[in-house]
Amino acid sequence: MTRGPSTFLAKEARLAFWLMVPTVTVVAAFVVFPVLWNLWLSLKPVTLGDLRGASLFRWNPTLDNFRRVLGDPEFLSVLTTTLLYTVGGSGLSVVLGLAAALLVHGSFPGRSLVRGLFLSPYIAPVVAVTFTWSFILDPQLGVVNALGVQSGVFTQPMAFFSQRWLDLPLGGGVRVRIPLALTSVILFEGWRYFPFAFLFVLARLQSIPEPLYRAASVDGAGPFQRFYHITLPQLASVLYTLFLFRFIWTINKFDDIFLLTRGQAGTKVMTIKVYEYAFGRFDIGAGCAAAMVLFVVLSLFLIAYFRWIVKEV
Amino acid sequence: MNREDLETAGVRLLRVGGLVFFTVLVAFPFYWMIVSSLKSLEEILLQPANLGLDFRRIDGRAYYEVLFEHGFAGYISNSVYVSVATVILAVSLATLGGYAVTRLRFRGRTVMSYGILVVYMFPAIVLVVPLYVVFSRMGLRDSIHVLILVYLAQTLPVALYMLRSYFQNLPVELEYAGLMDGCSRVGVIWRIVIPLSAPALASVALYTFMIAWNEFLFAFMFLDTPEKFTLSRGVVQLAESVHLSKQLVMAASVMVTVPILVLFLFFERQLVRGLTAGAMKG
Repeated sequence: MTRGPSTFLAKEARLAFWLMVPTVTVVAAFVVFPVLWNLWLSLKPVTLGDLRGASLFRWNPTLDNFRRVLGDPEFLSVLTTTLLYTVGGSGLSVVLGLAAALLVHGSFPGRSLVRGLFLSPYIAPVVAVTFTWSFILDPQLGVVNALGVQSGVFTQPMAFFSQRWLDLPLGGGVRVRIPLALTSVILFEGWRYFPFAFLFVLARLQSIPEPLYRAASVDGAGPFQRFYHITLPQLASVLYTLFLFRFIWTINKFDDIFLLTRGQAGTKVMTIKVYEYAFGRFDIGAGCAAAMVLFVVLSLFLIAYFRWIVKEV
Repeated sequence: MNREDLETAGVRLLRVGGLVFFTVLVAFPFYWMIVSSLKSLEEILLQPANLGLDFRRIDGRAYYEVLFEHGFAGYISNSVYVSVATVILAVSLATLGGYAVTRLRFRGRTVMSYGILVVYMFPAIVLVVPLYVVFSRMGLRDSIHVLILVYLAQTLPVALYMLRSYFQNLPVELEYAGLMDGCSRVGVIWRIVIPLSAPALASVALYTFMIAWNEFLFAFMFLDTPEKFTLSRGVVQLAESVHLSKQLVMAASVMVTVPILVLFLFFERQLVRGLTAGAMKG
């Protein structure tokens, strides 16, 4: 009878193995393997023409791809654009999500309808919303430009997604130059991804203990003071976490910019650059190297985030 | 009126204004998508500033053209096939795997339950280049079934993680009773665990469906033959070929958006649970 429990355990482990096999295989084949394969290709001189040759497996490592990527005259501007886009897009989506959650928190007629509506940008397919935005902001056929010119707000139609700079006169001879296409793309990011922050902030708001507010009211704190001294500190940790998640996803994002501007007019971020190397110049090796650089940039941010920002909270 | 009252009134005003602002901001693109899809090309070219829709001039031709002349009838069925297949595979595999990591003892169990989530930090653009290379080499790239496997890999980790946290809260005593009565482990999963987990399975199914239905990058990179296009791929193709005819692109956008939003409308609670439980990639 001493073998009883051990065979039972062995049987259990064997069953577990069979239950896990499909998942592990699929994930290994389509996630783990490509990541390793990406690293391998980044160290080899590979072009799209080499895909059928045997050279893919030969051991001839080189750092040429990385030299090309880091030595690219565009590299610094692409990196700056990536950081502006990522910080701007993540920050805006978290701020808008916070604002929307504060508005929807509490009860009013039609609340659940409004809540559902506010989630829709996040649920709708990316191709549909990017094409709709492009159409709305189109310089010739777009409703925003048509109305803007008609009402005299714009002196001429604005090419929101294809004009790099916009000079804005602030009065008194002061002019500011804003990167128009990049700003439009960031506004799109805010619109599409605020529901993510909205959902989590709303859930957190509902769990702030009511007595805190009552105590503050008794002490004479008005609505704004209550927000500043109670709500905001209670939300701080969730806001920092949401920013972190959005940062990771936004820096890795490709679809939105690709569909809105194709990376033109000062919106070329790292992911677009990866695509451009691999499928525009048929330089697969450089594409993979650029993807590795992106990964390193993200890792550096994560290290900095956990060392300096999280400590503050 | 003291300061408290003044501030409270101010807050109420801000709140109403804010709600109106957000509602317009969120709803307008969807409104414009639908309204424009029902206009004629002439109307869009001549009156771009017309915010309304003239009901006497509603024009459904765009839908007819998109469906039958631009191949969208086929894209719809491809999209349905890809999404449904992904859902069925993801839900069944995640149920098996989720059960294994919650209830069975084996070596590497902790690694499996968390390690599998780490994979989902890698961006699609990092995965797409190497996969493109491999599948091109094997001659398998232009295939709807490879696409299903890619979507499966993208959704399985989160699906498994979500089911795992649900299974952990199921009473294990019921399963013991089943085992005592001579049920096998697989029997226990089928007869006890699955019926008890219906809400969690629904969340996983909706979440998976949404990812597969909305996916753009892999469909764009992998599919070359128009007969195999999914809806998202088809919309991009259409937008590239008809530069001026925005009403066609909007009709196509409505077709790809409506099914997912309707599904969301009916199962909001399940989908929201799916979104929050797995957080989500996007």
